[in-house]
Amino acid sequence: MIETLIWIVVGLVAIGLYLSWTAGRLDRLHARIDAARAALDAQLLRRASVAQELATSGVLDPAASIVLYEAAHAARQAEEENREVAESELSQALRAVFGEAEQMEAVRAAPGGEQAAGELAAAVRRVPMARRFHNDAVRAARALRRHRKVRWFRLAGHAPFPMAFEMDDEPPTALADRPGSG
Amino acid sequence: MRIGIVCPYSWDVPGGVQFHIRDLAEHLIGLGHEVSVLAPADDETPLPPYVVSAGRAVPVPYNGSVARLNFGFLSAARVRRWLHDGTFDVIHIHEPASPSLGLLSCWAAQGPIVATFHTSNPRSRAMIAAYPILQPALEKISARIAVSEYARRTLVEHLGGDAVVIPNGVDVDFFAKAEPKAEWQGGTLGFIGRIDEPRKGLPVLMKAFPRILEACPDTRLLVAGRGDEEEAVASLPAGMRGRVEFLGMVSDEDKARLLRSVDVYVAPNTGGESFGIILVEAMSAGAPVLASDLDAFAQVLDQGAAGELFANEDAEDLAKAAVRLLGDPVRRTELRERGSAHVRRFDWATVGADILAVYETVTDGAASVATDERLGLRARWGLARD
Repeated sequence: MIETLIWIVVGLVAIGLYLSWTAGRLDRLHARIDAARAALDAQLLRRASVAQELATSGVLDPAASIVLYEAAHAARQAEEENREVAESELSQALRAVFGEAEQMEAVRAAPGGEQAAGELAAAVRRVPMARRFHNDAVRAARALRRHRKVRWFRLAGHAPFPMAFEMDDEPPTALADRPGSG
Repeated sequence: MRIGIVCPYSWDVPGGVQFHIRDLAEHLIGLGHEVSVLAPADDETPLPPYVVSAGRAVPVPYNGSVARLNFGFLSAARVRRWLHDGTFDVIHIHEPASPSLGLLSCWAAQGPIVATFHTSNPRSRAMIAAYPILQPALEKISARIAVSEYARRTLVEHLGGDAVVIPNGVDVDFFAKAEPKAEWQGGTLGFIGRIDEPRKGLPVLMKAFPRILEACPDTRLLVAGRGDEEEAVASLPAGMRGRVEFLGMVSDEDKARLLRSVDVYVAPNTGGESFGIILVEAMSAGAPVLASDLDAFAQVLDQGAAGELFANEDAEDLAKAAVRLLGDPVRRTELRERGSAHVRRFDWATVGADILAVYETVTDGAASVATDERLGLRARWGLARD
């Protein structure tokens, strides 16, 4: 009798430890998503700022300037629910404006243009990177949260179910001459 | 930035991953970053100042061959001490899924962790059995890097999630500026790799060699690498054995000079390659490349635009392509030029910038790396001493 009770207690303690460890794992995953999301936001903002700077610099022709300014402005001001669409539209605008190598050459030739071009190239390469890391974290958290033990014992608490950030982040060809990096 | 790099394989045994880590560490130090590499090494081995020994690796049969791995209580303690002393902004683990230092550090650390997956092994039963154990460690990795599109695909299939592709780096100028050696020039084919490792493909080349000699009798084959030389030429007719010259193990300088000298560099590997750094080195040295059409090789050679491909393990096809190349100096010059332009994307200047971009992306808005206090129960109940 006593022996059975001891075994039951041991079993319960083991289950408790396992659940506590799983909750710790989930907590760490949520922290990872938050950090990845912050990094993604920073990269998106950087990209929009460089685009806006270029649009107002006078290096581009007026039509291209307006298109790029519109898109960059919309991306920076977008509400959370429209963010993915606005950022995708900025990617499309960047592709349209910097689709040709000549346009990039013109930017580089302008005073301070070399630096601006470098910043834009870095920004359009880092956005897909940051997005991939963010969505990878989201996938890992979702896989764990779908597990029975997490659902039955409500280990996720009130944390919202993590959502992937889906957008078109294809960089302009003139800026993505290094394949296999996106 | 304070960067910690974890090397899973013995520092004293030469290998692709070790060289990659050495070059990466030296490149980053050159840019002014603080770098510490944790690697298995014998206590007697002289180590560069930036390498910290994690103790001697133990040879264990793993994954079909004998691997030298680090595990156990002592190694785990060394990993924790290294993490604690280093206070790194980011740690970069290589091969986190191999049961060695990579996995141990993944287990012991928390904070921004970057991991590079080098190999693309088919999913093994051990991996499937270990999946529930691996997953909690692997899900701590904030950013995954695969060395090729092919490696990324296998990673996604086996472990889920996603990775960015950053190729291995090569010091292009080191190869491009090497001095050709006259005695290695004039109708020569080059091969570099372990002679007794069938996956490196020397037997395929030996099978094709008589046909190449029939068409171009002056051809010589230069072979650099360890292994039994007599066994390697055993399949050749006695009269042709003299056309094969064995150079043994060569230094980095001689390797570069060899690649600068040969008319065609042949890479007949039959499998097990996830990147193909030797092709990039050959192209950097301006050698026209003829390689088997493995996924990884085709990608490095830009689907055949920067080098010729032949059907894998097909000696007939290899011989035909080699003869065609040896007799066509115009095509060779064209390949030289295309190759030299193509390899710039594998130069450390480019690759290093990409890796730093990954570091900066994961450290944006994150605390530094610390040891993972796994027994956090006491802390959670407020009983831990601070």
